[in-house]
Amino acid sequence: MTTANALTIPGLETVYDALATAIDQAGPEKAQLFLVKLALLNANALADPEQFSGHIDAALKDL
Amino acid sequence: MHQPTTEARPSIYYQYQVFQPWLASRHPAQKRQQVVIVGSGPSGMVTALELARHGVASVVLSAELQFSQGSRAICFTRRSMEILQQVGVAERMTEGGLPWRFGNSFYRGQRVFRMEAPHDPDDRFFPIINVQQQYMEEYLHDACQANPLIELRWGNQVVQVEQQDGYARVTVDTPEGEYQLESDWVVAADGGRSPIRSAMELQMEGASYEGFFVIADIKIDLPLPTERLAYFDPEWNPGNTILMHREPNGIWRVDYQLPVGETPEEALRPESLKARIDAQLEMIGFGGTPWEMDWSSVYSARTLTLPDYLHGSVIFTGDAAHLLPIFGVRGANTAFQDAQSLAWHLAFVVKGLAGPQLLANHSAERVGAAREIIDEAGKSTRFMTPPSAGFRLLRDAVLSLSLTQEFVRPLYHWRTSRPHEYTHSMLNSAGDDNRLFTAGPAHGAPPQNVRLGADDFLLDHLGGGFDLLYFTEAAALPAPLQQVVDVTRARGVPLRVTAVGAARPVAGADQTLADADGHLRARYGVQASGAAYLLRPDQHVCARWLTLDATRLQAALATALPQ
Repeated sequence: MTTANALTIPGLETVYDALATAIDQAGPEKAQLFLVKLALLNANALADPEQFSGHIDAALKDL
Repeated sequence: MHQPTTEARPSIYYQYQVFQPWLASRHPAQKRQQVVIVGSGPSGMVTALELARHGVASVVLSAELQFSQGSRAICFTRRSMEILQQVGVAERMTEGGLPWRFGNSFYRGQRVFRMEAPHDPDDRFFPIINVQQQYMEEYLHDACQANPLIELRWGNQVVQVEQQDGYARVTVDTPEGEYQLESDWVVAADGGRSPIRSAMELQMEGASYEGFFVIADIKIDLPLPTERLAYFDPEWNPGNTILMHREPNGIWRVDYQLPVGETPEEALRPESLKARIDAQLEMIGFGGTPWEMDWSSVYSARTLTLPDYLHGSVIFTGDAAHLLPIFGVRGANTAFQDAQSLAWHLAFVVKGLAGPQLLANHSAERVGAAREIIDEAGKSTRFMTPPSAGFRLLRDAVLSLSLTQEFVRPLYHWRTSRPHEYTHSMLNSAGDDNRLFTAGPAHGAPPQNVRLGADDFLLDHLGGGFDLLYFTEAAALPAPLQQVVDVTRARGVPLRVTAVGAARPVAGADQTLADADGHLRARYGVQASGAAYLLRPDQHVCARWLTLDATRLQAALATALPQ
């Protein structure tokens, strides 16, 4: 999926580490809840339900 | 032989009267009725009262000998009060009721959302008023008793409805045995478990949700205002929701969700009820306050409707026609709108003022309303009682975020019942100026109430037939309009003309509202004399014009009453 405002490689690496660390911090029981909260916060920042649906479709692929 | 209990139902605050059963042997042989209404709940009695207002007699059959058990429906919306005003019981509702407009949602001891329902100075009634259903039924029953066109038969249980050619034969069981009753029309207002619906093997469409809720009414003295209280995921009932409402007569409604797997029988055991109510009182800071149980029941959320309410001579209405979740107070409040709609559509067909299409329109409009409610209520229900792991996860994420994140808090709003707008009704006039208005109620919308003076509102002056609001400063109604009005009335169609905007009574109008400050005109988007609104007998708008002429009035009336 390509978007106009993509992350830089260093930016992507920062997000990668931060997300992995936060999932570990939330712990296995709360990881799902944490990820859903995060998705809602990101969706609100995105402010575009259609684009968010596109993200859902992309994430559902190849599970 | 039908033997309803003759023992008065128990209640802390309401003294039940046990009525005498109606027995066929004590009455002369019966002619065929025009309308038989099965069920004496909110939809049955409002249908009877509105039919009578249009001059149509009815027989109302109640299987029981007394009003319903427990408080049941307790929250009545503004639109319900406007409908109850039309049938003459709004004053008694107001006298005994507790009005309110705020709702609060709590999570982890924090108030995370406060709903403030708007209260326009132009509205006579509050957004919601709490009255126990027995009182509401008593007020409606008294109004029925006072009406010579309504015959209410207690202890009469319908056991069979047979469709005949153009009428129905109803078999009624009573304490002395069965009798038969013929009727051109049968209104099935026999409640959510509608035996008539079951016997006719009609299938409802929609969804049922798994969670059970307990409703318990307790007598307790709590120093809290009349506001809705909702508690999410409390420690004593993890993952579930608790609702509380103040009722009149020192009663509180406590409504809580059951843990998955618990049966209604287990939940209604006295020790189970006590433990949970004590835990809830403890959580809100009133542990140890003495209380007494009045009534308890169990329900589950369903969003179901029949796809058509008209089946031969039988018309379904209220809970018999659809089952709606109580989140958003949609049971009785929807039933009143159903009944108001049904009564005028049916009355006009019975009186030969319109063809059978009018009843098909009633069904189409109210099925549409039920589907809209199902869509809205489904959202609230999925939040209150998540139907799957995904919905539960999202709900829990929203609860958690709501402690710090403003943007998710509106999801706590449970979309209180509001009147459906019949925007695409076949009764709306095609050639009017609906689209040219920039304000005021549009096609199919219920009317906007307007305060005219102290204890004087627009809706006090409307209803009972078609209403033409004609905005004019002239001394008289134009002759061509007057002629259409006269011809319409000569045909038997009730049409009241209300002139708005003239200082002196307008000749040809039944009443004149001066509207000296122009406020009514402003609310209706009227900028010049000659504009008009046509309201149906249920007060919904079916035509509006910037400049009314006789031809277009005639056309609108013809569209509203298809032959």
